[in-house]
Amino acid sequence: MLSPAAGKAQGVGANGARGRRSWRAHVVPLSFVAPAALLLAVWLIYPVVYTVVRSFFDRSGAHWIGVDNYIELFTSDFLVTAIKNNALWVVVVPAVVTAFGLILAVLTERISWVAAFRLVVFMPMAISLFTAGVIWRLVYEKAPDRGALNAVIAAGQEAVRPAGELAEAVPSTDSVRELPTGGLALAQNLSRGDVALLGLTQIPESEVPEGAVEATRPNPLATGISGVVWRDFRPGGGVPGMVERGELGLATIAVEIRDERGQIISETTTRADGTFAFDQVPRGSYVVSVAEQNFVRPFEGISWLGPSLITPAIMIAYTWVWTGFALVVIAAGLAVLPRELLEAARLDGASESQVLRHITVPLLAPVLTAVFVTMLINVLKVFDVVLAIAPGSVQDDANVIALAMWRTAFGGKNDFGLASAIAVLLLVLVLPSLFLNMRRFRREL
Amino acid sequence: MTAAGTAINNRGSPRSPIATALLRSVAKAPLNMLLATVAILWLIPTLGLFLTSLLSPVEISQGGWWRVLSRPALLTIKNYKDILANEAITSALTTTLWVSIGATAATLLLAAFTAYAFAWLEFPGRDWLFLCIVALLVVPVQMTLIPLFALYNDIGLFDTVLGLILFHTAFGLPFSIFLLRNFFLGIPKDLFEAGRIDGGSTLQLFWRIALPLGRPALASLAIFEFLWNWNDFLIALTFGRDTQVVTVAIFSQLRQYGSNIELIAPASFLSLALPLVVFFGFQRSFASGLLAGSID
Repeated sequence: MLSPAAGKAQGVGANGARGRRSWRAHVVPLSFVAPAALLLAVWLIYPVVYTVVRSFFDRSGAHWIGVDNYIELFTSDFLVTAIKNNALWVVVVPAVVTAFGLILAVLTERISWVAAFRLVVFMPMAISLFTAGVIWRLVYEKAPDRGALNAVIAAGQEAVRPAGELAEAVPSTDSVRELPTGGLALAQNLSRGDVALLGLTQIPESEVPEGAVEATRPNPLATGISGVVWRDFRPGGGVPGMVERGELGLATIAVEIRDERGQIISETTTRADGTFAFDQVPRGSYVVSVAEQNFVRPFEGISWLGPSLITPAIMIAYTWVWTGFALVVIAAGLAVLPRELLEAARLDGASESQVLRHITVPLLAPVLTAVFVTMLINVLKVFDVVLAIAPGSVQDDANVIALAMWRTAFGGKNDFGLASAIAVLLLVLVLPSLFLNMRRFRREL
Repeated sequence: MTAAGTAINNRGSPRSPIATALLRSVAKAPLNMLLATVAILWLIPTLGLFLTSLLSPVEISQGGWWRVLSRPALLTIKNYKDILANEAITSALTTTLWVSIGATAATLLLAAFTAYAFAWLEFPGRDWLFLCIVALLVVPVQMTLIPLFALYNDIGLFDTVLGLILFHTAFGLPFSIFLLRNFFLGIPKDLFEAGRIDGGSTLQLFWRIALPLGRPALASLAIFEFLWNWNDFLIALTFGRDTQVVTVAIFSQLRQYGSNIELIAPASFLSLALPLVVFFGFQRSFASGLLAGSID
């Protein structure tokens, strides 16, 4: 069996020998490349093609639906929020990170512990974005005695404005008492036609709500209960429990009336002179009280993880991670700048900010652009840190494109068609960076 | 010019070293203070996680971690003891380690072979193929999740360590090939020609010349890839269910109970301790790998 084959090969002659040699010349390089190429074909190229095609099919993949998924992409609230948020990320974060990196790189050139400083700022780069998210979730805890950020704000606020408007107010007479549920109420129950006199003292002048005028005793109402909340104090004393000349009404104070079962039936706020009225009150006896919220300390912690602040909060965490990257790359660019040029400008009397603006920044432009573009791509793909910081209830508010894609595909919706369209959008958005890469690559060739 | 400048400096020299140093440090005090503040601000979040992880659950519920600065007696390693007895966390740490080591080794090996071929071997379509690989650098992971999820389920790679390793390897390749090819191109051609004259095969040239000379690039790439694999969250979240890496294990805790911070804090700290050790141990390679990746 062997010899005919060998003979055949020989029979082809010189031509065959050359063919075999060139075949062998190719087989070695190709065997070097083949394993990686195979992996890339299966794990990257095939999926990209598949996802593009899949984006034109419905949820189940059985029906071609044209561009319907793309229409939904730009019309459903869920996705429009994600796109808007991502736009905000693109506008804010790359610029801020690049600027921070530049400023810190320039400043650290003048200190002796530059290596230590850069190490500290660069350190978050080694941590996973997910863990960075967990770290910041702790920082953002709402209760000021647990979340570090709110603790700092609480300390600052405590120093500037120690307490709430009526936080330390007390009744001026025994006719007003504390309610078990908080707040202050008249001890005696009232009914239609009565006037409620809620006198308070121990309110510092500075804490009297803005726009307060002299208190007046309101007229009784035939079908309701009227009253006044006032600062039962005037220079020289006065009689407790009496609305007197020179005593100020407390404006914008919340007042409630409760029925005999303790149920709140109506709420209102006081006018500038401290008066209030509940009209059309049914017959019966009622407890009139200054609501509990007037006595609560004003600072309970900013809700960083709430729907309105969640995106800025995550951006801060992200900036914390990436500033070190910008710093190190820009500092490396700074180190190879021609020193003579900077020194010459300084000798000519240019200020440091002029040197920075007119010499350093233009010379660093390629490096700054590289950092900016890298951050742009990173920000378009932001995912881990959002999922780690945003509690489940605000993930719709914090949504970004990459997260929307994942949640649509794997987070319960299981709509692979729509999720594919979202992924294609992401690819289209990062595609311009491909051309930048290509240009760089061509230059190197 | 130079002589005059030196002369002026010399004339002032009897007093100047101390005086100028003092003057300079006074002038720089505000800058030093500013940067010191920035550095402290940068450290506080991580410090907060670390100190929280050293508080007992009761203490955590009663107030912030900063209390230990005045009352160090509050510190305890009990959370760490508990967590090391927690099978979910320890197995997640082991899984993460295996995935990271496996994927890093595979990426480096495959990328080194491929990059060498792109740098020094001739074959049809070489530059075109390399361009394709550079193009793959920009593909977002999201573009591949859905088809690979289906594929993984079909061929039994879903929820396996091997599945995660292969995924990471494929995604590490474009960058690694790009970096190593550029590095290999910098090796003098004469070395390879000399080796070939001595009768070395292509494989021998690769093994005896390219790899040893490429060690600096391979080292920084290894660190980079290891950290990238160790720190992954998205891929492991999508392609694992019981095969959990540590970030995913923490995430499921975050979701399940909401506030079991005595478990989340030490687990998070353990998950970032290894990257920090690697980072501080090899910061030079780390930074140079980063620079190569971003500006080249």
